[in-house]
Amino acid sequence: MKMVKLIIDGKEVEVAEGTTIMQAADQAGIEIPRLCYDPELKPLGACRLCVVQVEGNRLFPASCVTPVSPDMVVHTESPDIIEARRTILELLVANHPLDCMTCDKLGDCKLADYCYKYGIKESPFEGEKHAYAIDDSNPFIIRDLNKCILCGACVRACEELTGADNLSYLHRGWNRKATTAGDVDYIDSDSCVFCGQCVAVCPTGALQEKTMVGHGRRWEIDRVKTTCPFCGTGCNFDLAVKDGRVIGVLSNPDSPVNQRRLCIKGRFGWDYIYNEKRLTTPLIKKNGKFEEASWDEAFKLIAQRFTEIKEKYGSESFAALSSARCTNEENYLVQKFTRAVMGNNNVDHCART
Amino acid sequence: MTNSINEISTDAELMFLIGTNTTEAHPVIGYKMRQAARNGCKLVVCDPRHIDLVDEADYWLRQNPGTDIPLLNGLMHIIIKEGLEDKKFIEERTENYEELKAIVENYPPEKVSEITGISVDDLYAVARLYATTDKAMLFYTLGITEHICGTRNVMSCANLAMLTGHLGRAGVGVCPIRGQNNVQGACDQGALPNVYSGYQAVTNPDVKEKFEKAWGRPMPDKVGLKIPEMFEAAHEGTVKSMYILGENPVLTDPDSNHIRGALEKLEFLVVQELFLTETAEYADVILPAASFAECDGTFTNTERRIQRVRKAIEPIPGKANWESICEMFNYMGYPVNYDSPEDIWDEMASLTPSMAGTNYERLDKKGLQWPCPTLDHPGTQFMHAGKFTRGLGLFQPSDHIPPGEMPDEEYPFLLSTGRILHHYNVTTPYSPGIMSIWDREWAEVNPVDAEKLGVVTGDKIKVASRRGEVETAIKVTDRVLPGVIWMSFHYSETPTNAITSPHLDPITGTGEYKVCAVKLAKV
Repeated sequence: MKMVKLIIDGKEVEVAEGTTIMQAADQAGIEIPRLCYDPELKPLGACRLCVVQVEGNRLFPASCVTPVSPDMVVHTESPDIIEARRTILELLVANHPLDCMTCDKLGDCKLADYCYKYGIKESPFEGEKHAYAIDDSNPFIIRDLNKCILCGACVRACEELTGADNLSYLHRGWNRKATTAGDVDYIDSDSCVFCGQCVAVCPTGALQEKTMVGHGRRWEIDRVKTTCPFCGTGCNFDLAVKDGRVIGVLSNPDSPVNQRRLCIKGRFGWDYIYNEKRLTTPLIKKNGKFEEASWDEAFKLIAQRFTEIKEKYGSESFAALSSARCTNEENYLVQKFTRAVMGNNNVDHCART
Repeated sequence: MTNSINEISTDAELMFLIGTNTTEAHPVIGYKMRQAARNGCKLVVCDPRHIDLVDEADYWLRQNPGTDIPLLNGLMHIIIKEGLEDKKFIEERTENYEELKAIVENYPPEKVSEITGISVDDLYAVARLYATTDKAMLFYTLGITEHICGTRNVMSCANLAMLTGHLGRAGVGVCPIRGQNNVQGACDQGALPNVYSGYQAVTNPDVKEKFEKAWGRPMPDKVGLKIPEMFEAAHEGTVKSMYILGENPVLTDPDSNHIRGALEKLEFLVVQELFLTETAEYADVILPAASFAECDGTFTNTERRIQRVRKAIEPIPGKANWESICEMFNYMGYPVNYDSPEDIWDEMASLTPSMAGTNYERLDKKGLQWPCPTLDHPGTQFMHAGKFTRGLGLFQPSDHIPPGEMPDEEYPFLLSTGRILHHYNVTTPYSPGIMSIWDREWAEVNPVDAEKLGVVTGDKIKVASRRGEVETAIKVTDRVLPGVIWMSFHYSETPTNAITSPHLDPITGTGEYKVCAVKLAKV
């Protein structure tokens, strides 16, 4: 591999040929601001926030799509660059609702983060603002295109991460929007599979997890990394927990199998855990009807009846069905219970059914 | 899986799918397959149904249901006839090749075309493509296993991979994609009637002695009952008490009326569940279960990767499942003193050579793929490198075994079943979000049949087999072949397994969910 030497913010950096300036900066621990860039998606160079100054170059190239060249001298935070970034942000904010006080995405909104960093409170540019209707048509995703900055992350995620090809750009210029095939609401869109990859990559409040709206700001949420309870793929994600209650699922890029990809079940199917039909206490059947019981009563009855039946009919009269839904540790205990306590090998689970 | 999921993106040059509707049943793997296909990886889909991945495929072998063995034999026939087999691999790493050769000799393309409905040209093209592609991964799921000949189907897949040397490297392999989050782990942990954790046989005296020493009780050395045998034994009156954890066989097992009868005959049934399921209704005692969000522990995915499950909220019923199972030990007079699921894991690992190198600290970040025999072992991305577990790879060829029940005059339609994108077996119907957009069965019927029956999308029909009948809404679509109806099994209102086949694979006891005969009538 051919290596290239360059200087970024006075620091000498050596990277492989073909590396972009942004990647080179990342490797050197220098973070260049970015909105449309996403490490899992093809670079687009759309938002221009990642512009840098390259000595000898009159224009400010977008660092996410510009490859390094030998002896390049790059400045990522020069006064001119800061001025350019401020203007870019002011233009974005000119047509972006500044309702950050009530926006659930604050804390995980890159636009707000960079406005904070560069001190943008409002836009000097006055003009028309979009007034798109909010798409609240489905149980999972709220779409507010007024907050869309046209970074195209959702379009690329739909195509590159899922391959559903549901989202794309419509119209040009002022009317340009990133939307569903046929520009319909999500619920009416035939090709949407509700995987939520678009939500996971959206850098602003344009796409949000509906279940989380109104239930807590990002900095109030504990994220607990876990493994999905549905199919056998073994996707990881974070359960978002606020005040002891799960309020949503968030992608965790540090997931070995799925990275940020999830499906409708993993991302949105978790709410069964709060279904009001959940059993919350042991039940004992008396005269054909279930009656609530304490754990102690239930265990006593179980021990008594399992023992009686074993003594009367022999240890072969017991069988256990363990579960492909439960943890390894629970399965280990069930087979140990069957073998060590009940004295037979009648233990199985639904691998075969 | 012999190999790993990410090899789809990084290594594979060809994906050969047979009996797997990956984008719906395993969506994230399906996404990766779709991307790989779009990036130039070849894709062959063998499926009677027009599944989504057909649209990305180079070849779609639209076989008649229940014809996997003749199809695979037919491909092997061509490969051998054209000298495309991997002679070195066969010579060095396998045995019983002569028998394979003799059996597949009887499956010339013309005959296979007649049985499977696939054109002779496509058989040649796919046989050549699979044999001559260096890195070809074969994937299957329940479309292969849920047949009367499921085990033979699996062996035929393995035969094809061995014949062409597609094992023991990255980007190849035989990859069954496991259906449930921890079906791999439940097997690995010994929740099977013939093995302890890590597939240590209950009949092996050394293993028996090891577990007797560890657990302080004499260990039974007689192989136990498989699920269908348990319910048979309950019918016969030899099994009298059962403990069922987190399973709903009344909804998910084939021929459910037979299961109901068995549960009724038990003298004592304990069910531990999240919900009052159809199965729990038969219980004498129900223990409330904690969900995945309420428990610490691990799941093992389809590529043998053991990953952490972490408790996010307190258990809603007050106890995590491992705690309630431990209480059963204690009340039965066998005291156990685990402080945490990690304690349980450590005991298991100490008794299980293939997982002896695993612990919670090691699998914290990225999990670990077994075999992982020592603490300095990195885990195993792909298996059978250089040598099979049993030494030489054994060709186990088979002749065509037709389904146990095929359409006839009285029951003229073929019913096949499977999973849909929006639902996962029996928990998603309790998800208010998912149920609000997909709340009922939509059976798929071909337009030709719909016209004959005088029905359109949205109409209700009655589907009856020799076991029972159910009602369902229908969707008219050419995703299914004429003469075939396709249904899922997620809804209590349309309990499809009341009508599925009673036929089982004789080796595994797996039900033939994929084929039975039914008749349809407009409601």
